[in-house]
Amino acid sequence: MVRADFDRSLEELQAELVELGEIVEKAINKSMDALESRDLTMAYEVVAEDDVIDEKRFELEEKCINLIATQQPLAIDLRTLLTVLHIAVELERMGDYAEGIGKICMIIGDDVPMELPKQLPLMAKAGVIMLQGSLKSLVDRDTDLANNVWDSDDEVDELYDGVCRQIFLDMGEHPKTIEASTHFLWVAHDLERIADRATNIAERVIFMVTGRTGRYETTQEGKKSSD
Amino acid sequence: MLDQDPILQTRGLSVYYDTKKVVTDVNLDVARNRITSIIGPSGCGKSTLLRCFNRMNDLIPSARVEGQVMFDGLDLYGHDVDPTEIRYLIGMVFQRPNPFPKSIYDNVAFGPRINGFKGDMDELVERSLVRAAIWDEVKDRLNTSALALSGGQQQRLCIARALAVEPRVILMDEPCSALDPIATLAIEELMRELSEDYSIIIVTHNMQQAARVSHYTAFLMVEEARVGFMVEFGESRQIFTNPEDERTEAYITGRFG
Repeated sequence: MVRADFDRSLEELQAELVELGEIVEKAINKSMDALESRDLTMAYEVVAEDDVIDEKRFELEEKCINLIATQQPLAIDLRTLLTVLHIAVELERMGDYAEGIGKICMIIGDDVPMELPKQLPLMAKAGVIMLQGSLKSLVDRDTDLANNVWDSDDEVDELYDGVCRQIFLDMGEHPKTIEASTHFLWVAHDLERIADRATNIAERVIFMVTGRTGRYETTQEGKKSSD
Repeated sequence: MLDQDPILQTRGLSVYYDTKKVVTDVNLDVARNRITSIIGPSGCGKSTLLRCFNRMNDLIPSARVEGQVMFDGLDLYGHDVDPTEIRYLIGMVFQRPNPFPKSIYDNVAFGPRINGFKGDMDELVERSLVRAAIWDEVKDRLNTSALALSGGQQQRLCIARALAVEPRVILMDEPCSALDPIATLAIEELMRELSEDYSIIIVTHNMQQAARVSHYTAFLMVEEARVGFMVEFGESRQIFTNPEDERTEAYITGRFG
């Protein structure tokens, strides 16, 4: 096998990307745990730990740039590197949303005059599953799985619409909750964006595998069917 | 394959050296006023294929050509075709710059003189040197030896020499492989400019060069059973970002064999 060294670098890069994805996943889960249990220390940790995510994103970016400059990648190699670059940014932004939830948690404190809307943990759970699926589709080069991730976004959008409606109702009926409700709206928005970013990752995986952007249906012939 | 009338077309083109087949059944369309790259591993028949376009293979006694090469509707291998005339219309630039051991001026004027050119020779020489992007470097020393020029300059002089006989197609057989990176970029830049008025076919081992410079790319390959067959042809941007055939992909990503 020629280019064994380059192949190794590409594999390492993807492993690091998956690792970054796992850190982001933990950050999302931890931010929601902090919110649900009103644990301000935990919330503070989420905010502080976002620096690690940012650093890792820039590390990955630098490695991609080095490989592009030194290896002159073409075809699947070029698409892989562009995909890693893109996904690293998506993950970093997902980390920012987790940080945002951590900050909201710190702002609203531990004395909140209302329950956490039940849709929020569901949205977070769905978003994390989408994130996991999108990264698995990357590792397995699985366009079907990437398409499934894409479909799951509808579910999160529905939960988002539902929680918004409920929060608006609460605000009208219980004006005392307006401040907390507004913060929860932001949390809902952050979670909705996390799911969108997972969709973007799935889209990039489809581009990496097929060279095309947009949705893509695979067939038994494999690589080259049209969408 | 193309969105225009090709200037050159091969149909069922095969080439033999004695009984050995070195190009197998190639159907290739060459776009007018565009650059077409032919890439592939050593021994895949790229240069042999290139030489079919101006009948340079006629100069190799053991070479035999089967199939058709059409040049704007003319069968290049037709009985009444004079290969020498074809070589004016379809010029060639070689791997190593090969200026004649004459002055810069005489190198460019050589072809037109043999052709019996009756016009303003000074003007033709200047125009050819300007087109080949070397005029400014040599205008004050046209009567000095061409051999005193640098490799990159010599190659541009050879391009000027090819242009002086007013060809319509320029064939280039690894024109930059003997040049440094800066001289290479100068030739590539020149090729892009020339492609506005000429059709260019380039054989290159340098994939990045094919990707940078050419509009279309043909990938040729060699297997145990078959030699010199075309695996894939397409727009360069597609070939180098998302090739159809996995053999093309393996070759251009350097994972061949």
